[in-house]
Amino acid sequence: MKVLIRREDRCTGCGACEKVCSLTWFKEENPAKSRIRVSGNESGYSLNACTQCGDCMLICPVEALTRDKSGIVRLNLKACVGCLNCVGFCPSLSMFVAPGEDKPFKCIACGICVKACPTDALSIEEVDEPVERVFYRRHL
Amino acid sequence: MIRTKVAYDLQAIKAKHELLAEYKYDIKPIDRGYNNRTLHIDVGSRAITEKPVSGEMKRLFTGGKGFGMRLLWDATRPQTKWNDPENEIVFAFGPICGITQYAGTGKTLVVTISPATDIPIDSNVGGYFGPYFKFAGFDALELQGISDREVIIYFDGDKGVIKIFSAPDEEINSHLLAEQLIEMYAKDEQEKKSFCTVSAGEGSDHAYMGCLNFSFYDRRRQLARLKQAGRGGIGSVFRKKKIKAMVIKYTGTTPNNNNVADIETIKAVGAKYHREMYENDDAQCDMRHTGTPHLMEIMCDYDLLPTKNFQFGGDAEQIGKVDSHIWREMFTQGIPDGCWYGCSMACAKVIDNYMLRTGPYKGHVVSVDGPEYETAGASTNMNIYDPHFMAEMNFYCDTYGVDTISFGTTMAFVMECYEAGILNLEITGGYDLSFGRGEESMEMLHQIARGEGFGNLVGKGIRWLKKYFVEHYGADPQFLEDIGMEGKGLECSQYVSKESLAQQGGYFIANKGPQHDEAWLIFMDMVNKQIPTFEDKANALYYFPLWRTWFGLQGLCKLPWNDVEPTNNAETDEPAKVPEHVENYRQLYNAVTGQNISADDIISQSERVFNFQRIFAIRRGYGTREHDRCPYRGMGPVTETEYLSRAERYDKQLVEILGVNPEGKSTAEKMKLLRDYREGQYQKLLDAVYARRGWSRNAVPTVEHLKSIGMDLPELLEVVKANL
Repeated sequence: MKVLIRREDRCTGCGACEKVCSLTWFKEENPAKSRIRVSGNESGYSLNACTQCGDCMLICPVEALTRDKSGIVRLNLKACVGCLNCVGFCPSLSMFVAPGEDKPFKCIACGICVKACPTDALSIEEVDEPVERVFYRRHL
Repeated sequence: MIRTKVAYDLQAIKAKHELLAEYKYDIKPIDRGYNNRTLHIDVGSRAITEKPVSGEMKRLFTGGKGFGMRLLWDATRPQTKWNDPENEIVFAFGPICGITQYAGTGKTLVVTISPATDIPIDSNVGGYFGPYFKFAGFDALELQGISDREVIIYFDGDKGVIKIFSAPDEEINSHLLAEQLIEMYAKDEQEKKSFCTVSAGEGSDHAYMGCLNFSFYDRRRQLARLKQAGRGGIGSVFRKKKIKAMVIKYTGTTPNNNNVADIETIKAVGAKYHREMYENDDAQCDMRHTGTPHLMEIMCDYDLLPTKNFQFGGDAEQIGKVDSHIWREMFTQGIPDGCWYGCSMACAKVIDNYMLRTGPYKGHVVSVDGPEYETAGASTNMNIYDPHFMAEMNFYCDTYGVDTISFGTTMAFVMECYEAGILNLEITGGYDLSFGRGEESMEMLHQIARGEGFGNLVGKGIRWLKKYFVEHYGADPQFLEDIGMEGKGLECSQYVSKESLAQQGGYFIANKGPQHDEAWLIFMDMVNKQIPTFEDKANALYYFPLWRTWFGLQGLCKLPWNDVEPTNNAETDEPAKVPEHVENYRQLYNAVTGQNISADDIISQSERVFNFQRIFAIRRGYGTREHDRCPYRGMGPVTETEYLSRAERYDKQLVEILGVNPEGKSTAEKMKLLRDYREGQYQKLLDAVYARRGWSRNAVPTVEHLKSIGMDLPELLEVVKANL
């Protein structure tokens, strides 16, 4: 599956990725509504975006988080009840919630930020799909 | 193994429904946590009416249990008995109930005049009923009257329609009935999550310890899960009214059905709390994997796990068979087991693929909701340290609508009576009811459901049995008073309180009877020694019962308060209160309602309802000092065996506390000394607690106190003045 790969050593903290992301998905330039987050300072930046590990799917009480055919974990907004368990339980804190939005959001590896990044710190690359950590089975 | 699916002709069952009443109401949005109206249904006359909620009702009673108590008071007379038509079951929810962003926010508070205690009981329960009913348009539901035939009450919260049907052919036992009804009404698998049922079972038809099962649909297991309003025989009242079930449909759950004043604060507090759960739970209580039975070995280590009818606090040799490792293994892992959306504590664990070994469903493969700690403790109390027995008993208690706590505590009492020679094979119908007898205990439970045999008597509970054993079998009344672990008629939940005076008070002063949800002070008192003086204990027995009451006013679960804690909690001024979580709750309340209350106001809200509940009992001829009696088994060793099993501890106390040299004294003499001391301490505790609470020495709230908390209502003053 194709996911967003971050090369933090190349990041200059310009925030172009955050701007284009929030503009694309929320029609406003607002880092609080970006699905990728830049933090740090000139001594080093970090880039936070979903790795598509799928742990959030396990804890969603309404099964609103599922992996699509291309392996990307997506949130079904219609099913989501805004409980924010996924926000608290994301291992990399890459599920976000923002003022004015009752439901969370995350990177779906759309690649918009890759094009916007002036230093090639971001790319979309093929990786192995993780083995699902789903312990239960249905009892039909 | 595949879960057993019982096949029914649902069309034929549904065809037997006769519409007895229909009511339509306007759907209105909730306003900052309140609908500002409640619903009343008389199942006898089939009248359905709406009642407005006044500003004063909200100001004085807040919601949830407060509303329940107020409505029950108004609907009943002091003489109303549990089985009178005018007795009500009130279901109420509270302003915070139904928010999805924080853990433990889906509770329903259920109150009624209890068949066990003859005073108001309150029980809190998870499942989706509370939130759905609130979203459907009401802050409380009163069920009154007795139907002349079996009925189902159906609420369509999407359309604003209520229907009462006759229901002759549905099952009564909950695990089957819940599945039947959801299958019957949901148009497809996807829609099942929008349905919730409330039902009891055949045990509730005969016992005074009947419970209610509230379902929630588990999409991963494709199963109607059951949570219980367990205490005080509410299921018995439900079945007395000939209600088979209530069914609610609500499809429109969103992040903000409550139309709260400040959703941003709720989101922030919720997300912060979920992270705390993610980071801390595994290393703290492990509630997410083990649920409340994580307590088993901890309770045993501290000599608190009831064994052989509270004689002993555990059994080091047997505990390994039922400790947390066993439950982690037996519970299915990896499923979000919250009983309402947003519960990251997710402690509603399940044993899947369990094959029943006894009873009418023997051989069926089922999913068992639980056991919780209290159910497992009820089993060790019978000296049955067997996880499979615990699962079996748990399953049948639930589906029969029998409270596991009362059943276990009553059976433990019966077993001690059996071993003491008060009962014998002839009386029990040929069943050896010695401690540890699992198969025979299960048979007693099945007999409760069938309403036959000695089991049918067991279902009436300890207070009833004490009288019966004296009258019919010549039992020594004093011995039964000493060993029967009930207070006010309610069987004690599963903690040994002997070495914690504060917990003796926590249990036996509790308004409804000895249930841990009003106060749990054992660690503060006995282990951490944080409340050594009477004043300290009285302060704890002032604050904590009020703090815990508040959850019941709001529609909240208490477990997320202190079953996970912030990492720095121990460094705070008052770790037992979990200050950061108190602040979370204060913020949640304010964010839902738009008010600006302080932490002290939280206690004031509770204090009004707490005193109201006490006066409610006094109005009915109870609630005074004599009714706060603690059986001696709750305080100290009743038998020589008990004394000798902890002789070193007790002898040491004689020396250190009483200044008595135990050498040369018989065990009986030493027991008498200890007993006199401990009983005296309990009386002193009552004095201290009553004074701290603004009550007279006879446990009656004083006029001055009622004025100071704004509860000097004429109907309350009338009751207290007659008793002061």
